[in-house]
Amino acid sequence: MEIFLQEGLVLLKAALWAVALSLVMALVAGFLTYLERKVAGHMQARLGPNRVGPYGLLQFVADGVKLFLKEDLIPSDADAPLFRFGPYLVFVGSFAVFAVLPFGERIVATDLNIGLFYVLAITSIETVGLLMAGWASNNKWALLGAMRSAAQSISYEIPVGVSFLIPIVLAGSMSLQGIIHAQAGGFGLLGWNVFHNPFSLAAFFVGCTAMVAEINRTPFDLPEAESELVAGYNTEYSGMRFAFFFLAEYANIFVISMIAAAIFLGGWQLPSPFKDILPFGLVGSFVLLAKAAVLVFIVLWLRWTLPRVRVDQLMEVCWKYLTPMALVCLMGTAVWMWAFPGRIFFGLFGTA
Amino acid sequence: MYTVVPLLILFVLSSVTAIVFVLANRLLGPQAMTPSKLEPFECGVEVYGPVRQPLHVRFYLVALLFVLFDVESVFFFPWAVILKDLGLVAGVEMLAFLLFLVGALAYAWKKGALEWD
Amino acid sequence: MQPFELTDLGAGTKEMMLNMGPQHPSTHGVIKFVLRMDGEVVAALDPDVGFLHRSIEKIAEKLSYPDFMPYTDRVDYVAAMNCNFGYARVVEKLMKMEVPKRAEYIRVIVAELNRISSHLVSVGTFGNDIGAVTPFLYAIRDRELINDLLEMLCGARLTYNFVRIGGVAFDLPDTFKEKAIAFLDTLEPKLKEFNTLLSENRIFRERLAGVCVISKEDAVAYGVTGPNLRGSGVDWDLRRDEPYSVYPEVSFEVPVGGGLVGKVGDAFDRYWVRIKEMQESAKIVRQCLEQIPEGPIMAKIPRVLKPPAGDAFDRTEAPRGELGYYLVSDGSSKPQRLKIRTGSFAAVSIIPKIAPGWMIADIVALIGSLDIIAPEIDR
Repeated sequence: MEIFLQEGLVLLKAALWAVALSLVMALVAGFLTYLERKVAGHMQARLGPNRVGPYGLLQFVADGVKLFLKEDLIPSDADAPLFRFGPYLVFVGSFAVFAVLPFGERIVATDLNIGLFYVLAITSIETVGLLMAGWASNNKWALLGAMRSAAQSISYEIPVGVSFLIPIVLAGSMSLQGIIHAQAGGFGLLGWNVFHNPFSLAAFFVGCTAMVAEINRTPFDLPEAESELVAGYNTEYSGMRFAFFFLAEYANIFVISMIAAAIFLGGWQLPSPFKDILPFGLVGSFVLLAKAAVLVFIVLWLRWTLPRVRVDQLMEVCWKYLTPMALVCLMGTAVWMWAFPGRIFFGLFGTA
Repeated sequence: MYTVVPLLILFVLSSVTAIVFVLANRLLGPQAMTPSKLEPFECGVEVYGPVRQPLHVRFYLVALLFVLFDVESVFFFPWAVILKDLGLVAGVEMLAFLLFLVGALAYAWKKGALEWD
Repeated sequence: MQPFELTDLGAGTKEMMLNMGPQHPSTHGVIKFVLRMDGEVVAALDPDVGFLHRSIEKIAEKLSYPDFMPYTDRVDYVAAMNCNFGYARVVEKLMKMEVPKRAEYIRVIVAELNRISSHLVSVGTFGNDIGAVTPFLYAIRDRELINDLLEMLCGARLTYNFVRIGGVAFDLPDTFKEKAIAFLDTLEPKLKEFNTLLSENRIFRERLAGVCVISKEDAVAYGVTGPNLRGSGVDWDLRRDEPYSVYPEVSFEVPVGGGLVGKVGDAFDRYWVRIKEMQESAKIVRQCLEQIPEGPIMAKIPRVLKPPAGDAFDRTEAPRGELGYYLVSDGSSKPQRLKIRTGSFAAVSIIPKIAPGWMIADIVALIGSLDIIAPEIDR
């Protein structure tokens, strides 16, 4: 009886988490579409959305309603099952990553012991979704976009994976919470992996660049390059199915920012005097979200500043620059671990 | 097991959400299909030729490299987790493996496998 | 339509035929390019023009000489002043008419202002083609100021219908000079900002360096004119080499492509020539505003224009290359025949020669760097 009760509690808790995470994802993705347009507006000497709600804040709600009211089209020559299934895969793929995101010291849906590995695995499902969508559309532009997306995602998975290895090496754990716990040293600031040693600093930049490419954001937005491929893989989509690609894109921006903040920027670690002002480690949660927000802003900023690379340059950046750099960072970090066991860079000079 | 259950629930819930969304879209949206509306977009003209045909994508070698590197980088994950506790021998062995990998990349580079054409 | 035989590439792979346009974000108007693709690489390209044909040349035969002026606005609606200017000149040449000095100065001022605004659109949309959206809005923001100036002058913001046969429609308003100078003062820092944002961007330069090179010989052989010709390293500008109007009285440089980041005649050179030309145009406007004499703005012209029978050809330097008008008169009040030769037409004809072997992203860069615009091709 007691066992059942316990199991029931676990299930209930999991279900609550699932509902909460769906809300978080919808809100975050919706808010990011608003933020993107607002940031773009102000960067381009205009105002951005400002009609629906205060400061246009409810614009994304209006957009969502509009997408519900759109006609759900499936082109006559499309491969209908694949065409329908592609967007689901993209949506579920980007949504599933939320399960392992740490939102605070004690706030995480499920702290998988293979957390980062899970992230890598799940995010590559989305590529399959894009490829399906592009192939099934029976459209030449969509096909080219899907092919580009496949080439891009498989290539950039290597530098992403290798740069993920560096925090794992430093923490001795693949769990995201474990990695954040391992960054506690140096007054909660200098212990961050990004400050840990020169190689992990480089890995931060390599990893972030590769992650931006992995989620197909400018300057690596080739799969949907609108000035070349019209809209790439989602040319034929409308209504909710289009919205899934859209939601996934913005959810992904949030996800990569959270992960980068967690594994390189110390997660919810912060200088200790402020730690206990609020209960439940809530201060830490805010700190983590703030770090992620800064990264999100940088991702948006990149999009509205940089031109797009060409497809051969894309491959070149990945294989000739990021991959070797990531491998060197990994070697360097491993050597560092033997040379200065358990010491951080700034700890070499002082007492930290 | 307790760590996986929430995942399963999440998968189920997100799939259900997605399906409900699409169904709602079907119900709320107009259904006024015409043959020309269902044509694929080809910049406003009729589609010429087959679309789903073999296409020269030029990253065959890159795809092969990816398979190699991805499989090999998977080997690193267990190593990375216990690196702290490993002895020098195991560490040096893995570093040698890593060097091999770098060497392989350099070889592929020199052979021109990383060029687009 | 099947302009191409699709080649078998072996191993079951065939070439793909792709229609780029008429509804495509990067074709700059309603033009169609039929591409034969080998994966992402273009094997052959065939431009299909005529979607925007309005038979402007034929309309001219049904209208009196002054009545045709508004139609020239529509030849190249991004640079309507220059088109007005060219048409007015050819009629004046046919009638051997003397235009007052002040009118000539006003014409050059508005033509050069319009050149700046046209080039702003060109470089802005070019940035958009390469994937950078923000520079486009910056360029459009600055173009708005020129539109304000020209609106002050003639009330219109796009199709001006300002130049008249024998002069111009209105004199400069009192505050025009100071407002124009105030604008020119802001143009230089804004161009600098634009360069920082786009021209000096590493990705932008890498995308364009050595891409779609048009050699000097090809450019001349295909009759490419204007900034595209100068981008290929040919030092030729009608304003200097066949001076007309008051251009001999002002001093300016003619920017020529020098392979700044790649080879001479690549996409970046054509872009860079336009950026430089804006600065030179600003110089010309400044000098004109200083030197402009007082006097009438219209020559004495008869109520009904009846040029003597005969023909005349006149060409001017428009933002998209040489704009030539060939006019045949039979002595009546309507032209017997009018032929317009535009820069974009020559530019589009060289695309099939340059395109094969480049990737689809480079084709977009080629089209953008040639600054072709559909109404000017089709007329």
